[in-house]
Amino acid sequence: MLNLFLFVGLPYMAFIVCTVGIVYRYRRKGFTVSSLSSQFLEGKELFWGSVPFHIGILVVFFGHLTTFLVPRATLAWNSIPVRLLILEVTAFTFGLTVLIGLAALMYRRFTTPRVRAVTTGMDIVLEGLLLAQVVFGLWIALGYRWGASWFASDLSPYLWSLVKLSPETTAVFALPWVIKAHIVGAFTIVLIIPFTRLIHFFVAPLNYIARPYQQVIWNWDRRAIRDPGTAWSPTQPRNN
Amino acid sequence: MDVRSQISMVFHLDKCIGCHTCSIACKNIWTDRKGAEYMWWNNVETKPGTGYPSKWENQDIYKGGWEKDGDGIQLKGAGKAKGLGNIFHNPHLPVIDDYYEPFTYKYLNLIESPAGDDQPTARPISMITGEPMDIKMGPNWDDDLSGSPDYARNDPNLENLTPAERDAMFDLERMAFFYLPRICNHCLNPACVASCPSGAIYKRGEDGIVLINQSVCRGWRMCVTACPYKKAYYNWSTGKSEKCILCYPRIEAGHAPACMHSCVGRIRYLGVLLYDADQIERAASADDTEVVGRQMDMILDPFDPDVIAAAKANGVADSTIDAAQKSPVFRFVKTWKLALPLHPEFRTLPMLFYVPPLLPVMASVKSVDNSTQAEKMNETAKYWPDNWLYDTTTKSMFGTIDDARFPLQYMANLFSAGDTKEVADRLKKLMAVRLHRRQVTVGDVQPEAVAAALESTDLTPQTADDIYYLTSLAKFDDRFVIPAAHREQAIELMEFAGDVKGNTGFGFKAGTAKRGP
Ligand code: SF4
Ligand code: SF4
Repeated sequence: MLNLFLFVGLPYMAFIVCTVGIVYRYRRKGFTVSSLSSQFLEGKELFWGSVPFHIGILVVFFGHLTTFLVPRATLAWNSIPVRLLILEVTAFTFGLTVLIGLAALMYRRFTTPRVRAVTTGMDIVLEGLLLAQVVFGLWIALGYRWGASWFASDLSPYLWSLVKLSPETTAVFALPWVIKAHIVGAFTIVLIIPFTRLIHFFVAPLNYIARPYQQVIWNWDRRAIRDPGTAWSPTQPRNN
Repeated sequence: MDVRSQISMVFHLDKCIGCHTCSIACKNIWTDRKGAEYMWWNNVETKPGTGYPSKWENQDIYKGGWEKDGDGIQLKGAGKAKGLGNIFHNPHLPVIDDYYEPFTYKYLNLIESPAGDDQPTARPISMITGEPMDIKMGPNWDDDLSGSPDYARNDPNLENLTPAERDAMFDLERMAFFYLPRICNHCLNPACVASCPSGAIYKRGEDGIVLINQSVCRGWRMCVTACPYKKAYYNWSTGKSEKCILCYPRIEAGHAPACMHSCVGRIRYLGVLLYDADQIERAASADDTEVVGRQMDMILDPFDPDVIAAAKANGVADSTIDAAQKSPVFRFVKTWKLALPLHPEFRTLPMLFYVPPLLPVMASVKSVDNSTQAEKMNETAKYWPDNWLYDTTTKSMFGTIDDARFPLQYMANLFSAGDTKEVADRLKKLMAVRLHRRQVTVGDVQPEAVAAALESTDLTPQTADDIYYLTSLAKFDDRFVIPAAHREQAIELMEFAGDVKGNTGFGFKAGTAKRGP
């Protein structure tokens, strides 16, 4: 029963809460959506935490995502042992980077009074969860080889079965508890995204790449406004 | 020609008394909040001095503004590649200690401490952590400290002065300083806008005010680095950046911004300038020596029929064109060529102009004989034993600009990208106006000398009187010419009035069911 809740109920709940929560917060509570950077209060130690943490977690996250999305390609890649080794070593290295970064960030958070002043309970919960997640991840990588392959062959089908709304749980139920904890941890993190600072991941400023540097916003259609015929045409100002 | 209107400002530095009333007015309205305590959207600095944040003008440290890159320009410390690359940790971001750690005092200790042998004290506590702290810096920490080794001598504008020139500036008995009030310049080529990865910062088309949309800002903090004037601030509590909004709610209602309204020295002027937006790139990418001139070229004559026609075609309201014609800023900047932008070499094309201060320049370092002058004064006034401190003889007034107490180069570093001629031209005009008025009111100057002074600066007595009027006597409505159209259309900047057209009374509280297509 507990298994059923953790591996069927929780994922759906997490997905729904996360989607609705993000859309709601983005549209209605835009003022709360921020990276909440504390670099302005402490800038030196942050470097040794923030940079490894972010780079590491991006690589690890997209690694997991790829294995989930294209399990066959991953298996094909892994069919040659050297390539599997390269993949595992890379993933482990970046996992370690996340751990180091996260440890540095947590150390900084607890020892810098200024950073503590902008720390919420949710930040600590989130950092605790992430820490557990990373430690479990590294443990799994070392203890249950080779994750890159069995994720593709066992877990990816489970996740896809969730997507297809006909959960296939036999494989997950049989997994060792560490891996189960890692999976539950992942769903929990997804669940709490809208209530934490993690939401800043969804507003990563990629549109900056294509945008012209300068932005001028007209509250009125400046040419039409002098023309009595068009002055009432319903054009909403773009900035609110 | 793409004619746009810009609300811009002139600060007359000779009139600033350094009272900080402007800063307080702004603080009371806008930044007296958690996370914003350290922000001074309006601040007043003592020059020479390091300013706020400390040494903000030194872009080797702060990497603000634009720099030349071949024919074009690029942001010095931000931009697409650098901004996104440094997003996890911005190496050029100032930290709160570059400004100061906001503090208050534990006043309750004075009342609530138990009886004891010692006098209770109100210890300073940090407004960030709430812990007791030692105050190391505060707002205007270098106020009036000209000559001080920590502040004045570290002024970034002293860089290309000779050691002799520097020493002369800080010679104890000849020391001088002036005040430099600063707000956001609402630039035409704003570095803050260009650096914002989220696109939260924008320039308002109608009046050129630069704003940060608080719901779109994500706290990537690139604007803090990019603004060379350090006028974009990071609110450490909300995780959003904030900046001077030029009191746009007041401007829309026809009021002057709070700092200007409250200015005790009446040094501030605000009005519309029409400019040609097609020339922004040309001006911003000019060589250092040309950037001031090209920025002046962009500003259009609001009386020119071609300009008026182009403005109308572009949707500039008649009332705005009218305001541009009455604009005190246009007169100071363009007609009389008395004002200059601060640090034009940062290439953001700032739209706040300064009339450079004559006073520290005028007071001569030469030894002169003031005795004839002193004889004319009454007993109390004439006790002035030093002959060299202030040259009060009217004879040599005009000549003193070149061997001034403040090297012209210093002024030029501030206001004209190092070009002393631009500054000298303006100072000579100011001097000529003074001579003219001295002749009118006191009459102890040779009329020929005055005429020569006016002629050499291309002024007529009439213009000199106009300058004098706008400088010294101007009333509120002369100093602030705010386009009238904004008053009745103010609501349209916030919401679309067409939405409620046809509604009765106070309008519908909720939408009705939709009928028809
Ligand atoms: S002064 Fe700074 S904040 Fe203001 S518009 Fe210019 S670049 Fe932006
Ligand atoms: S209120 Fe006016 S005179 Fe006083 S410091 Fe500010 S700008 Fe200068």
